[in-house]
Amino acid sequence: MKFKKLLSLLAVSALATGLLAGCGGEEKAADSNVIKVGVFLPLTGDNAAGGELELRGIKLANQLHPEVLGKKVELVVADNKSDKAEAASVAARLIEKDKVSAIVGSYGSSLSMAAGNIVKENKVPAVGTSCTNPQVTANNDYYFRACFIDPFQGKVMAEYAHQNGFKKVAIVQEVSNDYSVGLAKFFREEFVKLTGDENSIVDIANYQTGDKDFTAILTNIKAQDPDAVFAPGNFTESALLVKQARQLGIDAQFMGGDTWETQEFIDVGGKDVEGVALSTAFDREKASTEEAKKFLDAYTKEYNGEPSALTAMAYDAYLIAVNGIEKAGTATDTVKIRDAIAATKDLECVTGMTTLDENGDPIKDVVIKTVKDGKFTFKDYVKAQAK
Amino acid sequence: MEYFDAIANMSALSFAQHMVNGISLGSLYALIAIGYTMVYGILLMINFAHGDIVMMACYFAFFGITAFHIPWYFTFIITIILTAILGVLIERSAYRPLREAPKNSILISAIGASFLLENLANYLFSGRPMRFPDVPLLSQNISIGGIEIQAICLVIPVVTILSLVVLLHIVNHTKTGMAMRAVSKDYEIARVMGINIDNIISITFIIGSALAAIGAIMYGIRYPGITPMMGVMPGLKCFIAAVIGGIGNIKGAVLGGFILGLGEILIVAFFPDLSGYRDAFAFIVLIVILFYKPTGLLGEKTTEKV
Repeated sequence: MKFKKLLSLLAVSALATGLLAGCGGEEKAADSNVIKVGVFLPLTGDNAAGGELELRGIKLANQLHPEVLGKKVELVVADNKSDKAEAASVAARLIEKDKVSAIVGSYGSSLSMAAGNIVKENKVPAVGTSCTNPQVTANNDYYFRACFIDPFQGKVMAEYAHQNGFKKVAIVQEVSNDYSVGLAKFFREEFVKLTGDENSIVDIANYQTGDKDFTAILTNIKAQDPDAVFAPGNFTESALLVKQARQLGIDAQFMGGDTWETQEFIDVGGKDVEGVALSTAFDREKASTEEAKKFLDAYTKEYNGEPSALTAMAYDAYLIAVNGIEKAGTATDTVKIRDAIAATKDLECVTGMTTLDENGDPIKDVVIKTVKDGKFTFKDYVKAQAK
Repeated sequence: MEYFDAIANMSALSFAQHMVNGISLGSLYALIAIGYTMVYGILLMINFAHGDIVMMACYFAFFGITAFHIPWYFTFIITIILTAILGVLIERSAYRPLREAPKNSILISAIGASFLLENLANYLFSGRPMRFPDVPLLSQNISIGGIEIQAICLVIPVVTILSLVVLLHIVNHTKTGMAMRAVSKDYEIARVMGINIDNIISITFIIGSALAAIGAIMYGIRYPGITPMMGVMPGLKCFIAAVIGGIGNIKGAVLGGFILGLGEILIVAFFPDLSGYRDAFAFIVLIVILFYKPTGLLGEKTTEKV
């Protein structure tokens, strides 16, 4: 037994030496005037559409910020194929073979989580683009992200409801959807805290993905006469929900999350969804930072149409990573880079001035949009607050 | 106790609103359930494509109004005709060749037809939801003594009851109806007696699909997000409604539809905590009914023909 243990110890130390040697090798590579940043996205498979939009953002960011520490930043694009098993091995390859200084990505929380342990063990920092599940950065010092986490949106909407003087709010949640339930939970906690009134949430109603008829829960809600209804969830169901609420004569303010921001929501909801409030990360017209203007100019030159929030968030993830490398003053000491990224404060990004909190999640202004004349339009900012 | 409080605290107005919601949902279920029950009555098979016929009818009406700008009343007539043709086409291509085959083969063929329609719609119309156009008068909201409803909610029960009356008349008092009943009893004997079975079955599919189209139009006005998969859940629910009422029995299908629709609404009304389990209600009722009255509420006890 003892002997076996000794042997494994030897093996581990040999491996560690190997790793160190690897680092040494990278020192030389770094001399060659390139700094490698890994791009970790689903470019094929189910999530390819989202991955493609984000790749655009990262490429644009690389065009506009091609250098750091006087060296060129080289993107090493790796396709995690929308597959968890693939994601883990792709992340390992980026670190071990390509020896990247930092990783940007992924779209999709489960893909990011699959790479979580690998970046943690190899001590290479990663900045997620649109992985919104709290688990991605929780208990992982090496994973950061550019997007809001689900609870944050719930909190922000509670703040918004409070600022608008709503006293009684009903919650309608899509009970089979983690996103919806998460937002609803954090909304409730925050709203009760802000109003100091346990009874300020007058009703919590559930529905299932795919439901079409909401008249029963809405009739119950109508009896409570709330000032507002918080109903984060899938866009088709939500549009029908708002529509039926108006038919039942409920004139409360409807509020939701970023999943509402799709053309289908307006198509299905029609004039009934006019005036709803929803939280999102980015508004094209009210771009608040210089960086956003640069981003929009570059985007319109390169691509047709309007940039999606995903593209903007991926752009920001690159900025956060490269800014970390610059602040650390090294491309090889990944631990130092991690510390520098963790210390990100008031970094000018497309989606607002960004500060990372102790979990590695961004604190930034949230855009509140509404629907006006059949279009999503800017309504308000909710200022970021340190927790 | 808590629940009794909830019932006691519910205002008369809320209760009336719940009843109106339930009746309109129930009559919609009833209308679609009739289609299931008719086909079963004649062919002793479950037409699993029925829900998808409803979906296709929604798309017919959608394109008629939005793409071809046909006035809505003409569109609805065209929709009913097209849907009836679709129903007959499905019968001719998927069920007729298997008429002499074991019942299981026809059942599987029905599931195939269902998948075909879903995927065809997905391919032709894309999976993104489209909005069923507003129809003048019917899409309007009206208020009667504090009860707020869409005008269509008043129309749906009337149409359902009318359809039921007309259908019962056809089945019980016409020659075609007599032939249908004869085919349903024993189609070998019916054939021997000189009844053209193929025609009768086609007529059954025409009536069933036309009712599905009427149901689809009202479903579209009431719940205007239409997608290729929209027929699945209503199809399942209405099938259950038909079984609850006693499959093969037209009055039973209507009864089952009302029980299911009202039940789904009232369970949420009285037990708000159960709002997430609404769909489960239909299946629990089904299980209970099958336990105590396997032939359904109005179903007759028949000896199995082999």
